[in-house]
Amino acid sequence: MNLFRTALLLAKKDLYSELKTKQILTTQIIFAGLVIVVFSFAFDPANNTTKAVIPGVIWVIIVFAGILGLNRSFISEQRNETMQGLLVAPMEAASIYLGKFLANFAMMLVVELVSIPFLFLLFDFKFLGSVPYFILVVFLGSFGFIAIGTFLAALAANSKSSEMLLPLLLFPITTPILIGVVQATKIILTNVEKLSSAIAWIQLVTAYDVIFFVVCFLLIDYVLEV
Amino acid sequence: MSMNLEREKAMLPGTPLTSVKSANLSKILFGGTVISMLVSLYFIFIFAAEESTMHAAQKIFYFHVSSAWLAFMAFFVTFVFSILFLIKRKRIFDTYAYVSAEIGVVFTIIVLTTGPIWARSAWNTWWVWEPRLITTLILFFIYIAYIMIRQMDGVWDKKARLSAVFGIIGFADVPIVFFAIRWWQTKFHPIVFGDGPSQQGGGIESSMLVALLVTITAFTILYAYLLQKGVSFEKMKLKVERYKEKLREELEQ
Repeated sequence: MNLFRTALLLAKKDLYSELKTKQILTTQIIFAGLVIVVFSFAFDPANNTTKAVIPGVIWVIIVFAGILGLNRSFISEQRNETMQGLLVAPMEAASIYLGKFLANFAMMLVVELVSIPFLFLLFDFKFLGSVPYFILVVFLGSFGFIAIGTFLAALAANSKSSEMLLPLLLFPITTPILIGVVQATKIILTNVEKLSSAIAWIQLVTAYDVIFFVVCFLLIDYVLEV
Repeated sequence: MSMNLEREKAMLPGTPLTSVKSANLSKILFGGTVISMLVSLYFIFIFAAEESTMHAAQKIFYFHVSSAWLAFMAFFVTFVFSILFLIKRKRIFDTYAYVSAEIGVVFTIIVLTTGPIWARSAWNTWWVWEPRLITTLILFFIYIAYIMIRQMDGVWDKKARLSAVFGIIGFADVPIVFFAIRWWQTKFHPIVFGDGPSQQGGGIESSMLVALLVTITAFTILYAYLLQKGVSFEKMKLKVERYKEKLREELEQ
């Protein structure tokens, strides 16, 4: 229980400092908006075929905006050597990971909450699919992405060029999850009759979420060593 | 993140130069590689039956599959030595993991090169976005990232620790490659061994199977040779570093 308490404390600390500076969240949301604008140039919103790329665009936004937040989550601890403080504090490395994960995940959800309706609005997307399933897919997808992302951010933070290293580590590892999530989103948004195959994809993504979360939890002790 | 108080390069502890045994092993493995490669060439080009539609172009299949096998085995070895390193914390395990990953990347490049050459004659296209191709490509990227972690600055044990962690995480991608075959209904890659869900297992001619197995054996011996050679190179590099450090100490005095 102590693990969760310290993790919540740490997440609260991160979210408070974020609330104070509003640095990362603003950047992420503005960046998400810019991605939407760039996509409106790339795919004409007036064109009907554009509807087909919407599921992909949603995940491109989540991935790129997520990377921005993940990069900062451990780098920000380096300025005053606060990472050392966290590591020598009487708590497990796993709770540092869990705390950072919760903070990142909360911020990611806020970004999604703002940017996805915005995307639908700007691309004039008629939502015909099932809303609960869509929310479930977005939730599971971001869960897996942030879980591995936080872990690899902790790993990459050891490098001087961690901003460059993190995407290289994260994208190949998360591709299976992203494939599954994009397929599921596509089915749910455009082709609800095939819900059963979407559920199969959701199961796949859930399995990966669980596996990678457990693996990250076990291995974080080796990453966050003093 | 970890304290960089320890020296980046350790001083030379009195390691005696005992490499006669490994030199012998190297020679044996080299001989084994040459002989088994020649034998496998015989089996591929003379013994094995020619494919009825693709003719000689199909011969690349043996190298393609064997390279893929070698790459997978190399990554598996990296995975095993990564775990061993995290448990035992011995530098030699880390060296093995690193060298094996390097060999794996080289042979993944070979797979990704021979694949399109074969695909051009078999499917009339260089590349298709088909699950197994994508996953092999992703595997390639993962191990490129693994090597990039190795190129990080800092003390060796930090790099070794982090790359061991990544080696374990990265290997979790390998089952996906096999799972992907069953998951997506593949059109291009026939499931040659056993029965697949979509095809009735194309099957393989027995002389071809023999040739394939011989080639795989040859590639396995080649892998053992490369691994042994690579590790001895790494050891030599380490030794040179230590001598340099010793020299520096002496000059400073």
